[in-house]
Amino acid sequence: MATIRFEGLHHSYRPAPRDDADADWALRGLDLEWGDGGAFALLGPSGCGKTTLLNLISGLLKPTRGRVLFGDDDVTRLEPGERNIAQVFQFPVVYDTMTVFDNLAFPLRNRGVGESEVARRVGEIAAMLDLEPTLGERASGLTADGKQKISLGRGLVRSDVAAILFDEPLTVIDPHLKWRLRSKLKELHQRVGRTMIYVTHDQTEALTFAEQVVVMLDGQIVQSGTPVELFERPHHTFVGHFIGSPGMNLLPCEVDSAGAARFAGVAVPTASRGAGSIRGKRLELGVRPEFVRFSETGIPVRVERCSDIGRYRIVDLAHGEHKIKMLAAEGVAVPSESGHVTFERHRTQLYADGWIVE
Amino acid sequence: MALELRDVSLRVGADLHIHPTTLQLEPRGFNTLLGETLAGKTTLLRLMAGLVRPTSGAIRYAGRDVTGVPVQQRRVSMVYQQFINYPNLSVFENIASPLRVTGAGAAEVKARVGRIAELLRLSPLLERKPNELSGGQQQRIALARALVKDAEIVLLDEPLANLDYKLRESLRDELPLLFADRGCTVVYATTEPAEALLLGGQVATLHEGRVTQYGVCTTVYREPRDLVSARVFSDPPINVVPARKSGGQIVVGETVGWPAPPAARALPDGEVVVALRPHHVRLAGQPGVAVRGRVLICEISGSESVVHFALEGATWVSQAHGVHSHPVGADAAFSLDVAHCMYFDAQGRRLTVGD
Repeated sequence: MATIRFEGLHHSYRPAPRDDADADWALRGLDLEWGDGGAFALLGPSGCGKTTLLNLISGLLKPTRGRVLFGDDDVTRLEPGERNIAQVFQFPVVYDTMTVFDNLAFPLRNRGVGESEVARRVGEIAAMLDLEPTLGERASGLTADGKQKISLGRGLVRSDVAAILFDEPLTVIDPHLKWRLRSKLKELHQRVGRTMIYVTHDQTEALTFAEQVVVMLDGQIVQSGTPVELFERPHHTFVGHFIGSPGMNLLPCEVDSAGAARFAGVAVPTASRGAGSIRGKRLELGVRPEFVRFSETGIPVRVERCSDIGRYRIVDLAHGEHKIKMLAAEGVAVPSESGHVTFERHRTQLYADGWIVE
Repeated sequence: MALELRDVSLRVGADLHIHPTTLQLEPRGFNTLLGETLAGKTTLLRLMAGLVRPTSGAIRYAGRDVTGVPVQQRRVSMVYQQFINYPNLSVFENIASPLRVTGAGAAEVKARVGRIAELLRLSPLLERKPNELSGGQQQRIALARALVKDAEIVLLDEPLANLDYKLRESLRDELPLLFADRGCTVVYATTEPAEALLLGGQVATLHEGRVTQYGVCTTVYREPRDLVSARVFSDPPINVVPARKSGGQIVVGETVGWPAPPAARALPDGEVVVALRPHHVRLAGQPGVAVRGRVLICEISGSESVVHFALEGATWVSQAHGVHSHPVGADAAFSLDVAHCMYFDAQGRRLTVGD
C-alpha cells in the first residue's frame, strides 16, 4: 500500500509524436498525487485518456514520457505482474468450470498462499459480498451481477495489493443491481481501506463512489476535486456541463464598468469576485438548473416545456434564443407561459474563455 | 397507427417467454417498455415487428390482423442497441438505403434524406463514412434510417444503452420531440426507470415475461397497481418493509408507527407491506414520522446525498438534495413522509381507497 504519484506523464500511441501536435497525444502532461487508501475516480467522455491512464498505472502500457511512482518506488518500467495491482474489468472474468470458492481463491493460490489462509480470506470476502451461500456452486450458474461480484471479490481478496483498479465495472449491470453493487463497493472501501481507482464515463458512479474525482478531457486534467467541489464550483465550463444532469446552464454575458455581470440587460450577481484579466475574452455565466428560481423580477423567460420525472420536474425555459433549464421540486408552482427567473448568487459563476473567474 | 396485442404469448420449448399479453398501445404515441434484462422487452418488440410468430394470440395494426404477415410487408422499422450501419457507404447512402429498396426516385431520395438529416443534425456529415464519426452520431444515422421511410411503427431496443452518459442525456431530450409530429407509433425498450420518466408518454412495466401495468408514465410511477410494478419503476430501489396493522395504526418493528391511512383502515389487523420511495425518506425536521437509524453507507454525489441506514431490522435508503454527511456506524435522524407510503397485501396487491 502506498501513495500513487504521476510526474509529467505523457503518452502517445504514435511512433513519432510531435510536441506541438495535441492530436498526437492521448495524455499530455499529468501531475497528480493520490493518498494511500483513498477512493478515486477518473471521469470523462470516450477518448479523454482515462483508460490510457489506468493502463499506465497497471503497467499494461509504458508511458512515452514521465514517471509513475508507488510510494518512493519508481514503477514506470515495471511489468504488470511486478506491480501488485488488482484489476476488475467491464465484463466479468470468471472461470466458469470452477466453483465460486475456487474462483475467489485463484489469485491467492497463484501466489502460493497456504490453504488455511486461503480459506480465511475467501470466507471474509464472500461474507462481505454476500456470496457465502453460493461458495460451493459452479460460477457458470450465476447471474451477471453474481459473476461481476466474483470479479470484484478476486480484486479484493489479496491483502498485499497497492491498489485495486476498476475499469467501468458496472456498465453491463442493470440499474437496480447497479445501485446495490455500487453501495457494496462503497461499503467495501470503508471496510478494507485499500486504494481504489474507478474509471467511468458515468458521473453518478464516479461521484457516489469517490472521495476525489479527476475530470479529464482531451488527455488532460480539467479539474480534480471532491464531488461537492465539482458540483458547486466547476473550474471549467466543461466540468459544469459534464457533471450534473442536466448540466450547468451557460449563458453569454457582459461585464459592465462597475464589474457586474449582465445577461439580457439584467444585472446578475455572481460568486466571482475580481474581474481579473477578462479583457477580450469570451464571457459566460454558469448556473446549475438546481439553482434557478422563479421570482417576481429578474430575467424574463418563456416556459417551453415541463417534464415531470417523478422526484422533480425539468423545466425548459428560453430567453430569446438562449435556453435555460431549471429543476422544480415537488410542490413548486411552474407558470404556464412566461415568468421571471433569478439565480442563486453563491452558485452562479463567471467564466472567461471557459475558465472560472475567481 | 394503433398497435394491439390480443392474448399474445410465446412459448419456446417448455419455457413460457411471454405470458398471454393483451395490450392496446396508444396510437401515434410514445410507448416505453420498462424492465430488467431478460424481462422480455426484446422478445415483445420482435413479436410486434413480426420477426417472431407468437405461439398464441393475434397482433393487429390499425385493426387489421397481421399475425402471419412477414416483417418485410409491415410498415415497421427497428433500431437496435448496437447500432448497425454499412461501413462502406457514406452517411447519405446509409440513410437512403431503405428508400433504394422501395425504388424511390433520385429527387425524392435526396429530399427525404436531406429532411431527416436536418432533423437529426447530420447534414454536415452526409459525405462521411460512419466509422469516422462518434458513437452518438452513428446511432443518429441508425435512427435516421429507421425514420426516413415513414414507418408507421418504430421499435427501438435500448437505442442509447451503448452511448456515453452525456450523449444519452441529449438524445433523450431530443427523441420525444423528434417523434412528436411524425404520427408514427413508437415503442421504446429500456432498463432505466429514469429514462422512461424523461421520455414521458405511456409505459408498460415488464417482469419475467409479463406486462404488469400499462398507462401514462407518471401515473404508473405514482400509482403502481402492485409491488412488482412499483419495484420495476423505481431508481433508486424503493424501500419495501414488512409492517402490520394493529388497531388504527401501521406499525413497523417495535418502535415505529403512524395512523393507518383510509386505504388501509378497512383492513383486518395483520400483516401489510409498506413501500416508500427514497426521496420521501426526508431529512430530520421535515414533515413526517421522526425516526433514528444506524448509518450503513453514505453516498454524496455533490448535488444529493443517498444514505443507507438500518431501522427496525430493515435497511432503508434516504435520498435528499444537497450535502448531508453522516459518519458510518453512527445514529442519524430522518423523517418518513408517510403521506407518500404505498400499502400492499401479502400477495403484493396494492391496497387503495376503493378496496
